[in-house]
Amino acid sequence: MSINELGSMLGDPLMQRALIAAVLVGLAAPVVGTYLVQRRLSLLGDGIGHVALTGVALGWLIANAMNLAPNDVLALPGAVLAAVVGAVVIEIVREHGKTSGDVALALLFYGGIAGGVLLIKAAGGTSATLVGYLFGSISTVTTSDVVMTVVLAAVILLVGVGLRTALFAVSHDEEFARASGLPVRFLNVAIAVIAALTVTVAMRVVGVLLVSALMIVPVAISQLTARSFRGTMRLAMAIGVAVCITGLTITYFQDLSPGATIVVLAIVLYAAVAVARPLFVRRPWHDPHPEIADDVELAHGRTGAAQEHLGAER
Amino acid sequence: MSSAVRAEGLVVSLGGTRILRGIDLAVADGEVIALLGANGSGKSTLVRALVGVVPIEAGRVELFDRPLGRSVQWGRIGYVPQRVSAGSGVPATAGEVVASGLLTNRRLRLPRRSAAAAREALELVGLADQADRAVRELSGGQQQRVLIARALIRKPDLLLLDEPVAGVDLPSQQAFAQALTRLTEQGTTVLVVLHELGALAPLVQRAVVLRHGAVAHDGAPPVPAPGHGGDLHDHVHPHPTAEPPQVGTAPEMRLGT
Repeated sequence: MSINELGSMLGDPLMQRALIAAVLVGLAAPVVGTYLVQRRLSLLGDGIGHVALTGVALGWLIANAMNLAPNDVLALPGAVLAAVVGAVVIEIVREHGKTSGDVALALLFYGGIAGGVLLIKAAGGTSATLVGYLFGSISTVTTSDVVMTVVLAAVILLVGVGLRTALFAVSHDEEFARASGLPVRFLNVAIAVIAALTVTVAMRVVGVLLVSALMIVPVAISQLTARSFRGTMRLAMAIGVAVCITGLTITYFQDLSPGATIVVLAIVLYAAVAVARPLFVRRPWHDPHPEIADDVELAHGRTGAAQEHLGAER
Repeated sequence: MSSAVRAEGLVVSLGGTRILRGIDLAVADGEVIALLGANGSGKSTLVRALVGVVPIEAGRVELFDRPLGRSVQWGRIGYVPQRVSAGSGVPATAGEVVASGLLTNRRLRLPRRSAAAAREALELVGLADQADRAVRELSGGQQQRVLIARALIRKPDLLLLDEPVAGVDLPSQQAFAQALTRLTEQGTTVLVVLHELGALAPLVQRAVVLRHGAVAHDGAPPVPAPGHGGDLHDHVHPHPTAEPPQVGTAPEMRLGT
């Protein structure tokens, strides 16, 4: 691809909107993903995505009933509403009975997708109408979609980055957060809500089926190299933006599904980093318990040799 | 008399089992109290109920004369949970974990100089140079010390510790005993759950022994049997002779481990 081709890509208003959406999603999704990975709720995004589908269909149904002009005008608001409700329900179930959390997630998964199919039929559409939402339809992003994406992404980033330490505290050790008088339920619901918002925003870019990937895979890559929570989040955001832009650019020139391309890129990157990391990060051998005295005396001064070895390494 | 902790008629059930059966406990400002008892006697549950982590079925708890809840001045209270591992899914540095201890009540964002404060708290537990290490790379004892530093960063007036030295390496135990000595000299109130007094024996002014969810002894610390009272003597399992003879808990204590 030449500079000219890139220029024409950037001059294309359709592509401009798509790129704005992709950059925002690439930034926002890993922020939420970092908290979800920490709470071991990596699949939450998927569950919420399926519920959002019901919201999309519900939006269609209501728009039809009200005779609104483009009948998908309420699709995104419907998705936002359904996703937020679904996420809060999951959070409440998780809080009350921890063991049944994954069953609740499964119910949401299946209920969401079945509800979506039933409702879209009632709205006069077909299951095929939903396919755009299942796999993403970034090439059809409208100006109002972009405005909504900007607003939602701003909320996600403001909460997710602004309250990072508090959200970290509650995700890292909920018991301690409670014993610090922190508003634990408020913070938990805040994570659930920004996860729901992220899902609905990312839905247009990669689709419901791959939404979770964009939240989780950049964090998984970042985790391989980072040591701190903040570093993990920052690197994951950078990776998210990079794979979104690269994936979208590739699909401008090649006839590929943008969502799938972005996710495959991310997973290839994960594999590459996982394989390459041991070659670059040479972990110096160190004694995990340097202060602990040896338990027995060995003959021939071998303990001394071990100590010298340790000293040289440090 | 001003009291740091006051619990009256505390009843707690977990999973349908009654764990605490009407506990009365008062801790005065500046006191150092050890909470002893066999495994399953309810020591940990009591401490967790005092900080509002487990639901209370009946009775009441006051911390610094405020009923348990949002009105408590949590910044004056440092809780150290019983935990072997402080690691989590996403890497976090010791400094980050410790700094999160600065958030209390309505404070949801870190104050300025939080990194320096975290370093100071880590220094108190002998981990000053480990602030930038990932917690999951630290040893179990060091991770436990990170959790202690997370409670100390608030400069608490009351420390509640749940078995801070169980299964912890010797240097970590020594670092912990030193830190606690310094804090109690400054007047910090301490309620510490222990299997036996061990290195903390010189500090403890009063011992409360729990047995089947009720207070079996509240008074002078039990005298360890000869040969079991050394500074660094450590048992990870309960030892029958470490209990006060007057309550005669020896047979049950053996069931503990």
